[in-house]
Amino acid sequence: MRQEERRLTTKKLDIFGFFYKYGTILVTIGALLYFSLTLDNFLNFNNVTNIFRSVSIVALIGLAITISLTIDGFDLSVGATAGFAAVIAAKFMVIWGYGVVPAVIAPLLVGVVIGLFNAFLIIKIGIQDMLATLSMMFLLTGISVTFQDGSAIYNFMPIPGGGIAEHTMSKAFLAIGQGKWLGIPIPVYVMLVVALLVHIFLNYTKYGRYLYMIGGNQEAAKLSGIKINRYKLIAYVMSGFLSALAGVVLAARLGSGEVDAGAPYLMDGVAAAFVGFSVLGTGKPNAFGTLLGALLMGILLNGLVMMSFPYYSQDIVKGIVLLLALGLTYYKMKHKG
Amino acid sequence: MLTMRSISKYFPGVKALEDVDFEVKPGEVHALVGANGAGKSTLMKVLSGAYTASEGEIAIGGTSVSIQNPTDAKSHGIVIVYQEVDTALVPHLSVAENMMMDEISSPEYGLFVRWKEIYAKAQKEIDAIGLDIQAKQRISDLTLSQKQMVLIGRAVYQKAKYLLLDEPTAPLSLKETETLFAIIKKLREEGMGIVFISHRLDEVFHSCERITVLRDGRLVGTYTATQSSIDKIVEAMLGKKLDHAYPAIRTQMGETLLEVKGLSGEGGIHEVDLTVSAGEVVGLTGLVGGGKTEVCKLLFGEGKISEGEVRMHGEPRHYRTPSDAVKAGVALVPEERRKEGILVEERISTNLTLPTLDRYCTASLMRAGKIKKASLESIAKVGIKTTDEKQRVANLSGGNQQKVVIGKWLLSDATLFLLDEPTKGVDVGSKSDIYHLIAELGESGKGVVYASCEFAEILGLTHRVYVMYNGTIVKELVTADTSEEELLFYATGGKAFDN
Repeated sequence: MRQEERRLTTKKLDIFGFFYKYGTILVTIGALLYFSLTLDNFLNFNNVTNIFRSVSIVALIGLAITISLTIDGFDLSVGATAGFAAVIAAKFMVIWGYGVVPAVIAPLLVGVVIGLFNAFLIIKIGIQDMLATLSMMFLLTGISVTFQDGSAIYNFMPIPGGGIAEHTMSKAFLAIGQGKWLGIPIPVYVMLVVALLVHIFLNYTKYGRYLYMIGGNQEAAKLSGIKINRYKLIAYVMSGFLSALAGVVLAARLGSGEVDAGAPYLMDGVAAAFVGFSVLGTGKPNAFGTLLGALLMGILLNGLVMMSFPYYSQDIVKGIVLLLALGLTYYKMKHKG
Repeated sequence: MLTMRSISKYFPGVKALEDVDFEVKPGEVHALVGANGAGKSTLMKVLSGAYTASEGEIAIGGTSVSIQNPTDAKSHGIVIVYQEVDTALVPHLSVAENMMMDEISSPEYGLFVRWKEIYAKAQKEIDAIGLDIQAKQRISDLTLSQKQMVLIGRAVYQKAKYLLLDEPTAPLSLKETETLFAIIKKLREEGMGIVFISHRLDEVFHSCERITVLRDGRLVGTYTATQSSIDKIVEAMLGKKLDHAYPAIRTQMGETLLEVKGLSGEGGIHEVDLTVSAGEVVGLTGLVGGGKTEVCKLLFGEGKISEGEVRMHGEPRHYRTPSDAVKAGVALVPEERRKEGILVEERISTNLTLPTLDRYCTASLMRAGKIKKASLESIAKVGIKTTDEKQRVANLSGGNQQKVVIGKWLLSDATLFLLDEPTKGVDVGSKSDIYHLIAELGESGKGVVYASCEFAEILGLTHRVYVMYNGTIVKELVTADTSEEELLFYATGGKAFDN
């Protein structure tokens, strides 16, 4: 009798274990199946590439956050960094008339500098990661808006001193956000390549392992001879760089430097990264999970919009998905034994 | 009388306790001993409501009681004081607030806190038990032993009839331990039943009436202290006769490996001189707070050195970080294993290869095969009991976790090993394994600094010993010519009477 009871509990646990491991993937596949059976146009090539393109920036920002999460940090400045990078790219071309190369490299460098500055605040000054990057978020948002005199930067915009902007965003630059290769949008390639690189970096290189170890137990990592400050700095610099990259793609896609364009991506990126925790039951930040997290949300939103789900209610879906994924991860952590 | 009858506790796949009987009488100190993983803590968690028993019965004075959670236990007068005292206290509040937390937070207490009354009541209780603390002190300003006192004070204030102490003396200095025993004695005389978990059998015999031994989740027996002996209890704990002898270290002493002169720095360390030769095991002893841990950390580049010179192989060295020290061939097995030594959530192999990860990489890419090979090698060498190298370290016993910490440095080129209380919280069987590992280190020409406050270990394992007191070395002794009494004399500040 008692044995039977125990067998039942182990069986129940196994079902949970299975769902814990594959739940996110199953939900993604389930959503795909459901939408493709009920919606005629869901699974055609155009719509699928559309979904991928729509999540590319969220995924890039999510990957930036993922890296900061591996060291048990949290970079809240990612969205603002992306917005700032977009403004810089636009300003370089439209106002100052630079070509595509400086317009891409300058924002990326700025992203690195922001990462360095975040690292300085967190490691040297000792401000808590969330608070330091929160301050940076405000600072960067303010600087971007000031830098563009409070309005968007776009082709042929009127200039405060009179007349219109002489220069335009080059075609080559716009291709980064709007172009296609073999029928697939360029941002999708950017997202996939970056996700793959981050995945390799985190899982197969010693640096990735150092980052995870520092996140797991900083003191033990330090006393094992790991240069923790160096690797924390690397994590924030990478986070800044990837955010800036997302900002460049964003500017190219919009064809302008919008006021505060990066802000909404912060929360979506955070959600993607945390949904990623639950993928394959890793329970920790990982690149593949973040990518899938971004995709899952993209699929759900795309399908629901096609089913005439009101766009203004999208955040409800995001909230539910995030709650379910976090529920899986944290319930598992709590009941580990 | 508090009795536990046929208690069993199952976790998925594990029988943590099976059919265990245990009892405590009012006015008795009852020791609960056993190797790590024997089930002592589980049994106490069942009694204090942190776990519920899968089977069995708990009765007080003959009537069966139901204990489903800590509140149930408290209502029956059962209070536990865990070793991790900080988890039960609010650091930025006063002693009085912490002692009377339950009362203040109860719905009947009313809207306003009556400060005068709280301090007066708490101080009265503190004085009655004879604790050396003040009601108005902030918890964060107290020492670990004082925090323990606060918890005991709280238990008394809550009218506890049965007090469970989970390894209370492990982190205490000798003097603090004595104070604790004085308090235990007093509480016992007032009719409290006390359960005392400890690894230190001399203490157990010194302060307990009865001793219950657990092994592998089962009851071995309950013994009367006056009719038993340390040897008999150890035998009962292990289920076999104990190999008492420390290994003889047959070693050829080589050149001077480490030379420290006038070292002063963080943690109140001042003017420390010491040398270690290749093949030598040097003891660093003293009471808790004497400065052993701080010296080990300074030598490992953790903490600021304000003055002094450190030479390795005759060359001056300046470590600014542990990473520098590791590069120079220094290894540290830190005192706080779970906090500083291992990554419990990670695999054994990940832990073992962390300091030497460079070696198992090609162009920064990790090579799984090389990592596995090195891990298996190390597992075999230090004798970690595990099914494979992919086990999470959290699933290992304390002794095996410690072997992981030692094992990771055996893979490195370290020539100097700093071991800080390496047998703390380690079961008797693993202790013996660790002693043999240290002997092997000496025999293979490494230098070892063995920091411990267990005088018996120092006497059994080392060639020479430095005694620390109040942040500096007060005496250097040749182990063969000294005794436990002499070590204690210097460790308690006996230098003044030296001449």
